[in-house]
Amino acid sequence: MTIFSTDHKVIGKQYIGLSLFAVLIGMALSLVMRYHLVHPDAKVRLFQMLWPDGAPGGQMTPELYLSLMTMHGTIMVFFVLTTAPQSGFGNYFLPLQIGAHDMAFPVLNMLSFWTTALSFLVLMAAFVVEGGAPLSGWTAYPPLSALGKIAGPGQGLGQDLWVLSIALFCVASLMAAINFIATIIELRAPGVGYFDMPLTAWAWFVTALISLFAFAVLLAGGILLLLDRVAGTSFFIPGGLVVSDQIQARSGGSPILFQHLFWFFGHPEVYIAILPGMGVISTVLSVFSGKKVFGYRAMAYALLAIGGLGFLVWGHHMFISGMSPYSSVAFSVLTLAIGVPSAIKTFNWIATLWGGRIRFTAAMLYALGFVSLFITGGVTGLVLGQPGLDLYFHDTYFVVAHFHLIMGVAAIFAIFAALHYWFPLLYGRFLNETLGKIHFYGTFIGVYAVFVPLHFAGIAGNPRRYPDFKEYEFLKSLMPLHVGVTHAAYSLAAIQLLFFFNYFWSQRKGKLADKNPWGAATREWTHD
Amino acid sequence: MQVAILIAALAGATVLLFVQPAWWLPEAISAHAKNYDSHLLLTLWVIGVLFVIAQALLAITVFRFRDRGQQPSAVEGNHKLELIWTTTTAVIFIGLAIAGQGIWAGVHLRSSADALKIEVLAKQFAWSYRYAGPDGAFARTDVKAIDDAGGNPFGVVGGDDIIAPILRVPAGRPVELLLKSRDVIHNFFVRELRIKQDVVPGMTIPLRFTADKPGAYEVPCSELCGLGHHQMRGTLVVMPPEEFDAWLREGAVR
Ligand code: HEM
Ligand SMILES: [Cu+2]
Ligand SMILES: [Cu+2]
Repeated sequence: MTIFSTDHKVIGKQYIGLSLFAVLIGMALSLVMRYHLVHPDAKVRLFQMLWPDGAPGGQMTPELYLSLMTMHGTIMVFFVLTTAPQSGFGNYFLPLQIGAHDMAFPVLNMLSFWTTALSFLVLMAAFVVEGGAPLSGWTAYPPLSALGKIAGPGQGLGQDLWVLSIALFCVASLMAAINFIATIIELRAPGVGYFDMPLTAWAWFVTALISLFAFAVLLAGGILLLLDRVAGTSFFIPGGLVVSDQIQARSGGSPILFQHLFWFFGHPEVYIAILPGMGVISTVLSVFSGKKVFGYRAMAYALLAIGGLGFLVWGHHMFISGMSPYSSVAFSVLTLAIGVPSAIKTFNWIATLWGGRIRFTAAMLYALGFVSLFITGGVTGLVLGQPGLDLYFHDTYFVVAHFHLIMGVAAIFAIFAALHYWFPLLYGRFLNETLGKIHFYGTFIGVYAVFVPLHFAGIAGNPRRYPDFKEYEFLKSLMPLHVGVTHAAYSLAAIQLLFFFNYFWSQRKGKLADKNPWGAATREWTHD
Repeated sequence: MQVAILIAALAGATVLLFVQPAWWLPEAISAHAKNYDSHLLLTLWVIGVLFVIAQALLAITVFRFRDRGQQPSAVEGNHKLELIWTTTTAVIFIGLAIAGQGIWAGVHLRSSADALKIEVLAKQFAWSYRYAGPDGAFARTDVKAIDDAGGNPFGVVGGDDIIAPILRVPAGRPVELLLKSRDVIHNFFVRELRIKQDVVPGMTIPLRFTADKPGAYEVPCSELCGLGHHQMRGTLVVMPPEEFDAWLREGAVR
């Protein structure tokens, strides 16, 4: 096996490996952040060793916190949630599920993986360059992200690398999207019609279509931002700015334009992250309840509806951005409308279980956990989707709680479910079921304990992206809540070690699996 | 089976936290804020009921159909049922969206001509405010005239404007803020008024409110603006109208 392989199975595993590596880093960063939020004055030797400039004497600076936050968000969204569910599992299993011998363009496939890997390296490099990693968040709003060094630490080379990394990621994702679409349209085996495909294949298909349109727009936004940074253009920089006491010689740009480009990508991006997971969950629920997926066609149409409507709601991230207040009205109605297919999926999952014979394998537990988390994270979307209510909740911890549950944690649960379910095909062995179940229970309780309380911080008005809560009277009273959340986060992270142990141990020592051990009906199990 | 109990327990604990919250919204000090709270409460009730129904259905289904050796049913769908839950959720969701438009319109789509206009300037990492002086108009500005140390962050040229580091407004009178930024995007947020608005360089964005209760309120910047974001703390002081008028007159004399 060479590492520059064009084999879809190898590439799929490479993507999964990259994601698992990235999630470890992302998680470690989140722990450092949670620690700092409750011990803002602590001097920590380790911080000083890791970031001599960002934590002089071990005291973390605000800019270091913000850069860790930026890197955490970027790593999680791009290199975990956009990487494993679609490119990882999709590459490995899509051809098997539709009876293709490989992806349509194997060389392009290899190229898209290595471009993704390069993009990750470029992002990591931002940690070690002068001025440190960028601090403008995973959303990188200009002018902060466009002005360069003058706007503060991290806004120099670090921000350049960030934009470059994202642009590379876009290119890689476009290549992957083309490959998935071509494979599904052209390489289905004889007799495999669109409505004979499992829902996972449907989900990868719709996700690839979304990626094609969404990443193209982000790429354009990224290139324009890079030009503003390095070529002196002003696409996103308006005239008359005075930054760090210096009058800027730019004019004519619009900061809000970038937000439109970003969220035209950014909202569909959350579906890129979650749709493949939805496909996996439908499959796992069906296999371990011994029933067919309830309303298969409705589920496929719901995927398409979510994919299509997903492009019409980006404005709900911009209610308070200064765009026309009339467009907010339209965006909010569309946003709540997109809740409908999501609700349909939830009901159909429950109906799939109804009347079944439920086997509580580890994969099934994660799938059930996914449904529960999807409900918990989903209902708060009905609060945030209303511009009137967003007048208070925008950019508070309420949003942090909402998106971690529905996008972050739910998608991660789908990854766990997928790994437990498909491990026999990936490695010929089972992941250890007992360890898997213990890990599930710990993680399930842990994510509720971390993210449910954060809603109350949001209700109290706690802004997100604050390196500490010392400056405000009303934030001081929230400290007990934050201390509790931080402790829950430590436990949650500790229990993840169990998963990583299981993952590596079982590859070598796990129980050997026979053919189609779960009694599944899809081709990747039933054909050779 | 344990998982069914756990789902029910976690959902139950979540509901309990919301029924007996240890942290909640601060006091509402305007008519808009009070409307806001009642619509939020309505929304929370609706999503609370949906949440309980969905989690309970999940937990009960998992419990009831746990493996006891039974034969799984062969049902693959039920169009009537699907139609019912699709239309019900559609009506509830869109209904909420429409019901909530009033609070949005009140802040952004209706203006009152006699509102007191105050210009708000954000910069990394401080707020400044400007009132028209006795001549009733804002003076011209020029970036070259900006002098932070000399108390002229706006770059005002001539005129009789009053510039202040704290936002003072009269209780009970409509106010229209004109939000501007000098460098990057900031955000003006007053929790007690339930209003929040990005302050975008290159734009002048109006934000309207009528505060009813005198007092001092914190204004936390709520859009990431750089390393001092969490320290960009503003203050809003709502004053009895007579006191406010006196303060403004005094400011004009100085
Ligand atoms: C171990 C579990 C996790 C913990 C404890 C955690 C914690 C945090 C914290 C403390 C922040 C910064 C909040 C702020 O200062 O505003 C944050 C932001 C964020 N997290 Fe997580 N996180 C976790 C998992 C995830 C996952 C799985 C994702 C995947 C989507 C994710 C995505 C994000 C994003 C996108 C941001 C926003 C970054 C930004 O504001 O630019 N996190 N998280
Ligand atoms: Cu969105
Ligand atoms: Cu700020």
